[in-house]
Amino acid sequence: MKAKSKRTTKPRTTEASPEFFDLRLYIAGQTARSLAALANLQRICDEHLEGRYRLEVIDLLERPQLARGDQIFALPTLVRKLPEPIRKLVGDLSDTERALVGLDLRPRASSRS
Amino acid sequence: MPKSAKRPVLVQPVPKSPTGIQGLDEITGGGLPRGRPTLVCGGPGCGKTILSMEFLINGARQFDEPGVFLSFEESVDDLTANFVSLGLDPRPLSARKKLSLDYVRIEPNEIQETGGYDLDGLFIRLEHAINSIRAKRVVLDTIETLFSGLSDTRTLRAELRRLFNWLRTKGVTAIVTGERGESGMTRHGLEEYITDCVILLDHRVVDQNATRRLRVVKYRGSTHGANESPFFIDESGISVLPIASLGLQHRVSPGRLSTGVPDLDEMLGSKGYFRGSSILVSGSAGTGKTSLAGYFAEAACRRRESALYFAFEESAAQIVRNLRSIGLDLEPWLRKGLLQVHAARPTTSGLEGHLSAMHRLIEEKKPRVVVVDPISNLISVGTSIEVKAMLARLIDFMKVKQMTALFTSLTIDDAHPEGSDVGISSFMDTWLVLRNLEVNGERTRTLDVVKSRGMPHSNQVREFVLTSEGVKLLGVVRHEGRVLIGSQRAAHANDSPVAPSRSRKRAPRP
Repeated sequence: MKAKSKRTTKPRTTEASPEFFDLRLYIAGQTARSLAALANLQRICDEHLEGRYRLEVIDLLERPQLARGDQIFALPTLVRKLPEPIRKLVGDLSDTERALVGLDLRPRASSRS
Repeated sequence: MPKSAKRPVLVQPVPKSPTGIQGLDEITGGGLPRGRPTLVCGGPGCGKTILSMEFLINGARQFDEPGVFLSFEESVDDLTANFVSLGLDPRPLSARKKLSLDYVRIEPNEIQETGGYDLDGLFIRLEHAINSIRAKRVVLDTIETLFSGLSDTRTLRAELRRLFNWLRTKGVTAIVTGERGESGMTRHGLEEYITDCVILLDHRVVDQNATRRLRVVKYRGSTHGANESPFFIDESGISVLPIASLGLQHRVSPGRLSTGVPDLDEMLGSKGYFRGSSILVSGSAGTGKTSLAGYFAEAACRRRESALYFAFEESAAQIVRNLRSIGLDLEPWLRKGLLQVHAARPTTSGLEGHLSAMHRLIEEKKPRVVVVDPISNLISVGTSIEVKAMLARLIDFMKVKQMTALFTSLTIDDAHPEGSDVGISSFMDTWLVLRNLEVNGERTRTLDVVKSRGMPHSNQVREFVLTSEGVKLLGVVRHEGRVLIGSQRAAHANDSPVAPSRSRKRAPRP
C-alpha cells in the first residue's frame, strides 16, 4: 500500500515517463546459479526495461570488500539502487513473477496470496 | 574388562580458548573449545551480546587473539556506544586491527526472494573480515535474525550447518548467539548444529529482584560445572560466580587472631580465631551478634589491621552509637580509616548488585578482616541457594586472600538456631551460637561454640553478659544437676561458700 501511494504521488512513474533503473547483481564466481541469475536478469531487462537500465555485475570473490556497502549476505542478490526505495532481490531470479514484483514492475498486491 | 584396564585410554583434552571472564573459565575448565563454535543462548536482555563482546575484547587484549564481531541486530555505532558504557571501548582495538565490528543489516521490507540462493555473501564478508585482521575469534550475534528476512527455512538451515562447519575448518573459536525459543533452546534449533559447547543464560525476576544465571548445558569432550551459576554485569563487565567449583586449595594459616573478647579467646583454645578463617555468629534478635562483630573489628584495628564492615541492618552511625553503650568506641578507627563501614539495605539493589559491590570493595580496600552483619538479610534478596552460592564464592575469595571474615546470622527459632543456618554453616570454620534463654521470668543470653575446626575449644555453654565494660562470658554454675543462670546464679553464689563471683570458675560440685 505504501509503495502504491508513493507511485500515485509521483507523476514520473506513469508509462509516459518511465523511470531509469540502476541495478547491481552480486554473485560469487561463475557458478551455475550465478549464470542462471545473469541469464534471467538479462531476459527481464530485455522485456521490461529496454533502454532504461544500467547493470553492474559484481563478483564478490574478486571484490569481497564490496559486500558490506550494499549489505549483501545471500547470493545471488540483485540490488535495485534506483528508482528508490532500494530493493533487494535474493535468489537466481528464476521466479519471474516475484522478480517483477520485487522490481516494482508488477503491482505488489497480486503476488501476495 | 581387565584387558582394557591394562591399557588406559588416553583422553586427549580438548584445547580451550580462555574467555578471560571471571568465573567462566573456572566453570568450563579453561574456556571455550578452541577452534570450534559455542552456542550462547538466552532470552532478550540476558547478556549474550555483552558476554560475546567481552570474549573478543579479552581475546584481543590478553591473549593476542584478534576477533571479528558480526552483529545482525545493532549497528556498529550502537554497539560501540553500548560497550563504551560498560567500560569496554572497542575503538582502540579496532584502530589497532585487533577487533573488527560489522553490522549485517537485514531489512525484511526490502527483500524479495526470487529463486534459489545461498549465504555465500555472508561467508565472503566473514572471511574477508577474518583475513584482514587474522582473527582467531568470531562472534555471530544473533544469526537467527536471518530467519526474519528470508523465508526459505530449509535453505537457511542447510546454510547455517555449512557455516558452522566452515567456521570449524577456519579454526576460529566462535560464539554464536541465539534467542531462547518456545520449545527448544533457540528459536530455530541452532543447538542441533552446534554441539561442541552450549551455554545458557537466564535473566529472571524472583521476588522483584532480577538475577542472572549462567549454565553450561553441554561441553563435548570436557568436564564442566553443570550447575546454574549466578553472574552479574557491572562497569567492569561480566563476572560469573561458580557454585560448584570452590577451589579448596587456598593457603592455610596457622596464625591466630583475637576475637576481641578475652573470655571468648579463651574458649577457642586461648588464642582466638584462625587467620583467614570464616566465622559464623548466629542467634535471634538481640542476642549480641553485632556486639561480637564490633569487638572483632575493633581488635583488628588495635592490631593496626584494616577492617571492612558490611552493615545490612544499621547505618554506620547507629552501629557506633549502639556499641558505645557496651564500652566499645569505633569512632577513632573510623576516623583513622582503619575501619570502614559499608551500610546498605539489602533490598536497594538486586543480589547481583550486592555481589558486585562487596567483591569490588573487598578487592579495592584489601581489608584484613571483614564483617558481614547480618548475612541473613541477604536472604531477603535472593533465595537461600543463591545466598549460599554467593557466600561460598565470597568465602573462597577471602580465604585465598587470607582475610578473616565474620558473618552474623539472624535466626528465627531460638530453641534451634542451628536449623536455619545449616546451609551456610558448612562453609564456616568456627560457628558460635547465641541464645536467649527465658527462665523464671528473666532472659539470659548464652554463647556456645558449635564447632571450631582445627583447634581445641570449649564445649561449655557460657552466659553471655553485655556490660558497659564490654562482653563477659560467665562460667556456668551447676547446682543439683541444673544449670544456674541469671539471678539463680546470684542467689546460689550468696549461699555457696566458694562463690564463683568471677567468670571461668568451676561450679562447686554438690
